[in-house]
Amino acid sequence: MKTSFNIRDVEFKNRVLVASGTFGYGDELKDLVDVAKLGGVITKSLSWKPREGNPPPRIVETTGGMLNSIGLANIGVHQFIEEKLPYLEKLDTVVVANIAASSVQEYCDVLSLLNDERGIDAFEINVSCPNVKEGGLSFGTDCDATADITSKLRVLTKKPLIIKLTPNVTHISEFARAVEEAGADAVSVINTVIGMAVDIRTRKPKLSTVTGGLSGPAIKPIALAKVYEVAQAVEIPILGIGGIATVEDAIEFLLVGASGVQIGTMNYVDPTASAKIAEGLRQHAEQNNLKDVGDLVGAIDAKVEFSVLQSWL
Amino acid sequence: MIQEIDIVRERYEVAAGIHVLRFASSHISRYARPGQFINVRTNAGLVPLLRRPFSICRIEGEDIEIVFNVVGIGTSILASKRSGDTVDVLGPLGASFRMKSSFDTALMVAGGLGVAPFPFLTQHLSDKKVESFIGAASAEKLWTAHLQNVHIATDDGSKGFHGTVVAMLAEYLKSNRVRNPKIFGCGPTKMMQALSDLAKMYEMDCELSLEGTMACGIGICQGCPVGRVNGKKKYALVCTEGPTFNSQDVVLA
Repeated sequence: MKTSFNIRDVEFKNRVLVASGTFGYGDELKDLVDVAKLGGVITKSLSWKPREGNPPPRIVETTGGMLNSIGLANIGVHQFIEEKLPYLEKLDTVVVANIAASSVQEYCDVLSLLNDERGIDAFEINVSCPNVKEGGLSFGTDCDATADITSKLRVLTKKPLIIKLTPNVTHISEFARAVEEAGADAVSVINTVIGMAVDIRTRKPKLSTVTGGLSGPAIKPIALAKVYEVAQAVEIPILGIGGIATVEDAIEFLLVGASGVQIGTMNYVDPTASAKIAEGLRQHAEQNNLKDVGDLVGAIDAKVEFSVLQSWL
Repeated sequence: MIQEIDIVRERYEVAAGIHVLRFASSHISRYARPGQFINVRTNAGLVPLLRRPFSICRIEGEDIEIVFNVVGIGTSILASKRSGDTVDVLGPLGASFRMKSSFDTALMVAGGLGVAPFPFLTQHLSDKKVESFIGAASAEKLWTAHLQNVHIATDDGSKGFHGTVVAMLAEYLKSNRVRNPKIFGCGPTKMMQALSDLAKMYEMDCELSLEGTMACGIGICQGCPVGRVNGKKKYALVCTEGPTFNSQDVVLA
């Protein structure tokens, strides 16, 4: 049974990765999770300087999901290299550094610094954080800016370059196409969906930043539709992400065209969920007499011409 | 830090809408210290999605007790647990109360369900004098089991001192000499702010147990910051740097 897949020349031992921001810097969960059972670990978003993040409240639970407005709180790339990378380097899995920045120059600086580090196997670029005023989503919702960042980073690294796309645009497939043309090796689809919750007693928003990013099972149908749309538009691998809680969820993402999946919010609920899903995928493939879990990728029996997608694809 | 599936021993209502849940924990009960908390997944489904943090209220042998008010879906589910049911528990989490510092009298001050960590703390302070100041909205909302030298305050005057628990403590401090005290406080933010101010006035060491909205409970989600008064960093995380903090170190907002 083949469980692995590749992005460029990097082999992931299985198709389940843990999403940025939901697995810290890898070391926090070492007592609870056998990281070797994961296809890959994606770090918390790293910026050039440490970021304090947004004021509280930063989190609110909603039906089947959670809104967050963390504001990219992180220790900064220098402290990451010094304190966290030595641990990550020893892990028996692929390590993907996620980068967030507020200028094109900052993206380039952080990537260049990490590119020489042995422990980093690939990069995921967060152009789509909805919770910081400068940069973040403002890049991710501008197709030309997203393509521009991609091409500038492309020339700086030979390691896999994955662009994490926001669903908070009209046609995500246009963005996927633009970054593919600019040299991206893969796309992560999707980042959080902008959402809001209000305290009816105080009549105040429940998050300090008024709106935040919705994640968790509540967004899974949205994420699936976005992955399906992107899969019609590009050839590069897609990492499907958005509300995956069970192995059945992961299979749905593969069927609509994701080459791999990322588990996010569910890591908070059950730290062992990702490893269970990876094992569940293998079992599902075995039970269906597949030789490769990858046989599920894009195997959906649907005709895109029957979908409203066709009008803009 | 361990993730356990634990068997519920019993669950009973101790005051209006207030329940104690007792479950057998092979590991967490062994390593937990007063002030630490656990993060509980109330059911295997996805609503509610996130775990719920609870102070460890008491440990007896292998058993852990938590106390909670029924306020939402998660606590409603917990309030329907019966002997033999299971709970998915992550713990022990966070920093414990500092019990080694030199004090002779522990003044435990709780507003409402802020009483939760104090039975466990009382268990560990057998060599100290303990005075417990417990405030509640009304007599029917009071739970004062497993505490020592209990002083009661109710907002509506239905039992004990008529007023806030901090007002009661202020009265007590005026008329009693307390030998080398340390305050341990837990409760609503307003109450803890008042307590912090009182502690400052009397120059008493005061440690608070804070609550924070959190997803993971282990420092990953960064969801539970509390403002710091001093130090290089603007925020501390309630889950890993707390939930216990010196009252003068944090901004209670």
